Amino acid sequence: MIEVRFHGRGGQGAVVASEILATALFKEGKFVQAFPAFGVERRGAPVMAFLRFDGAPIRRRSQIYEPDHVVVLDPTLLLAVDVTAGLKPHGTILINSEAPPESFSALNRFVVATVPAGEIAVAHGLGTRTNPIVNTAILGAFARLTGFVSLETLLEAMAEKLPERQRERNQAAARAAYEAVTIAAALERSIR
Amino acid sequence: MTPTLTGTKKVVTGNHAVSYGAMLARVQVISAYPITPQTQVVELLSEFCANGTLRAKFIKVESEHSAMAALIGAASTGARTFTATSAHGLALMHEMLHWAAGARLPIVMADINRAMGPPWSVWTDQNDSLSQRDTGWMQVYCESNQEVLDTVIQAYRVAEKVSMPAMLVLDAFVLSHTAEPIEIPDQSLVDEYLPPYRPLYKLDPNDPRSFGALAPPDVYMELRYKMHQAMEDALIEWARADEEFSELFGRRYGLIEPYRADDAEILLVTSGTVTSTAREVIDELRAEGRRVGLLKIRVFRPFPAQLVRAALQDTEKVAVLDRNISFGMGGIFAQEIKSALYNSTKRPPIFGFVAGLGGRDITPSVIREIIDYTESHDEPEDLIWVGVKR
Repeated sequence: MIEVRFHGRGGQGAVVASEILATALFKEGKFVQAFPAFGVERRGAPVMAFLRFDGAPIRRRSQIYEPDHVVVLDPTLLLAVDVTAGLKPHGTILINSEAPPESFSALNRFVVATVPAGEIAVAHGLGTRTNPIVNTAILGAFARLTGFVSLETLLEAMAEKLPERQRERNQAAARAAYEAVTIAAALERSIR
Repeated sequence: MTPTLTGTKKVVTGNHAVSYGAMLARVQVISAYPITPQTQVVELLSEFCANGTLRAKFIKVESEHSAMAALIGAASTGARTFTATSAHGLALMHEMLHWAAGARLPIVMADINRAMGPPWSVWTDQNDSLSQRDTGWMQVYCESNQEVLDTVIQAYRVAEKVSMPAMLVLDAFVLSHTAEPIEIPDQSLVDEYLPPYRPLYKLDPNDPRSFGALAPPDVYMELRYKMHQAMEDALIEWARADEEFSELFGRRYGLIEPYRADDAEILLVTSGTVTSTAREVIDELRAEGRRVGLLKIRVFRPFPAQLVRAALQDTEKVAVLDRNISFGMGGIFAQEIKSALYNSTKRPPIFGFVAGLGGRDITPSVIREIIDYTESHDEPEDLIWVGVKR
């Protein structure tokens, strides 16, 4: 079973991201379970969302404490919350950032990857420069980074989960981010 | 949200599984008041009503008490009715819950289990639904989103058969906000399973009758006797509804479900989503060679006492996991199970555990701890608090 944790801010679409990814994995034959951090959300406050997937039906319904992978939708969260909490050794952290992965030296015991999801989102008309909606872009990068799901299936899942008028922009952003992800060179080979 | 294609598999939340169930049951009147974590249930249903997916009257009201009152009126005219609520919303309905049951109206409601305040909580436990135990509503506790959808449909079948209201119950967040794959059955199959509601008596200007009149002592008790008989009948009807459901849809749940219970020396009794996690733990313990099994209680009212007795009497010890507390007594499922076994000649010792109140996570290790405790103690204890900070 693989467990993923998304860190975002209320309104950025972390929960929707987990559900789109779940739908894509399900389309490729996986059993899936996606859920938000249980509680109340406020716009701008740190939020989390979770995803489990496996080749067998998932029965565990407790929360996720030791994820295999972490996705960070907003780089300022690195200053606010411990995004590595419980992350398995050699787990991956995908960060929305224009900076190269090597610049996150404090995280060097993990596999760090970055993608300028904010820039990509804005370029595709998703949100504003101060409040870009990066959830679909970062999923494109996640698909490339992990290889868990094909880009095509991910785009299909977006078509299913998003309102029609938002589809193309989001799919284009995911495609662009798929091409733009950068993985810390020294660690690239250790990704499972 | 575009109109849904049925007969497909989709990744949906527990809340939306409820909405799809109500849609497929072709409910005619919905009345509800929003409350976390239920709101998404009726939000999607209101969209279905607005875009024509569901031809139902959606009545907005100022409180849950009014929501249930509106459904009592609608059901009295012979309409199939639905609502959903949680915690304080359910508590506010309390008076009307008695009325719905006493008036023998087959209203179906989803209660998303949420802990009662104060202090405020939005997280899961069972005290809200169990506080309504004696109102005359059937109660069914669900474990997965598929079971949630299927139970909505089964609930109408049974409720309309025995003329008693039914509440399906699902854990806040653990199901309500958790998305997982479910099969959304074909509408034509659901129609075959669940024909339109045809009440024996209804409010009809062309056939005037009086409802809810004063009942003097010489008839009141007979009406209460009939309600109890209807609940007894409902035990048979749930089994029948489940059997026929499995023939059409290939899924069945039982009133209770023993899991790896054969030859078990310890049986853990659970309800709701804890059951799902417990299955995994039981498999692990069995792989370690330990003789432990599980008994899931799905239908809580009517209480399937005979089935519970038969399932538990030959085991050496029973551990009941309650996500609820009756202050001054203990876990409520534990009390019911003790009560069911007391007149039996074979009565295994029963350990009562209370865990997971107010949404505290029940992890595999919590479940292991409960089984280890039961295994290592000879004398049963009525109330063991799990993981409480003292």
